[in-house]
Amino acid sequence: MSGRRHEREDPDRYFTITGGRRDASLDLVALVVAEIGPLPGMSSEQVRILRLCRDHPVAVVELSAHLALPVSVVRILLRDMLADGRISVRHPVSAPEPEELPDLETLKQVLVGLHNL
Amino acid sequence: MDSTTSDPPAAPPAAPPAGPAGPDASAPAPLRGTAADGLKIVIVGGFGVGKTTMVGSVSEIRPLSTEEVMTRAGEGVDEADAVPAKTTTTVAFDFGRITLNDRQVLYLFGAPGQQRFWFLWDQLFGGSLGAVVLVDTRRIEDSWYAIDRLEHHRMPFVVAVNRFGERGPSLPKVRAALDLDEHVPLVECDARLRESSKNVLIELVRHLTALHERPAREDAR
Repeated sequence: MSGRRHEREDPDRYFTITGGRRDASLDLVALVVAEIGPLPGMSSEQVRILRLCRDHPVAVVELSAHLALPVSVVRILLRDMLADGRISVRHPVSAPEPEELPDLETLKQVLVGLHNL
Repeated sequence: MDSTTSDPPAAPPAAPPAGPAGPDASAPAPLRGTAADGLKIVIVGGFGVGKTTMVGSVSEIRPLSTEEVMTRAGEGVDEADAVPAKTTTTVAFDFGRITLNDRQVLYLFGAPGQQRFWFLWDQLFGGSLGAVVLVDTRRIEDSWYAIDRLEHHRMPFVVAVNRFGERGPSLPKVRAALDLDEHVPLVECDARLRESSKNVLIELVRHLTALHERPAREDAR
């Protein structure tokens, strides 16, 4: 995509991990599932992501917390892994559009879930 | 100026964000394999108002913490090294989650209310169902900015006064102090208690449902 925008604002480590790119297309609560196991030559971050998502989905924001990396850095890693078929992503489907209300069916499901707490 | 202490000073990048549970404190309760639809509710408030406490009281996992690092270019000149300034902002936030059913999982985010956080709102919390503004009546002014920004983002919200089990100004007084529109629900809570926090979230969902029935959402338009 917009690729190599060399915004060297982040600490060098982040720059190294991500090649200096940005990506905001993965929602905080998009759910990530590993499609393959770790392979030789993968970065340690990729290996950790694949291990975390091996048996069950993990949200982008949870990966960020477990890897102790900023969300934007994790997004970049995930985009590469997605492009390589190493992960799949379940995007949120019930999120309201900007300035719209959540639909009533979604609200009903949330209410039921909360009452069951 | 709002307190800035809910944003930890830019931590060394290698250091894990220090959350109550720590990054790898224990094996996290995994999501169901069928989970496919993440939802968001944001709890906004000033430092020390109880955001993390509220998240933790209803979450199925111990609250986790992470951060976002963003840079905005061209905001004046960095005098230290006399190069065009890029302002690096680190925003830390906590979150927890509630599995609603086999498919849907609701994430609760505790977000700082102060000014430097808001330019990240769309990127981080766009697509949220709604928001809870958590208020400490000893620092009501901490909430003004958050309410203003939520209205600006046209994000529906309810306001919850966290009493921490103590008494304080009556709700009508709080409403007046916040200059809060009559239609915005204002409730009391004790964020330490699961039932109480749960009721705040239910209040928000009911409010969202009720907004569907207002043909002219003049207030939210």
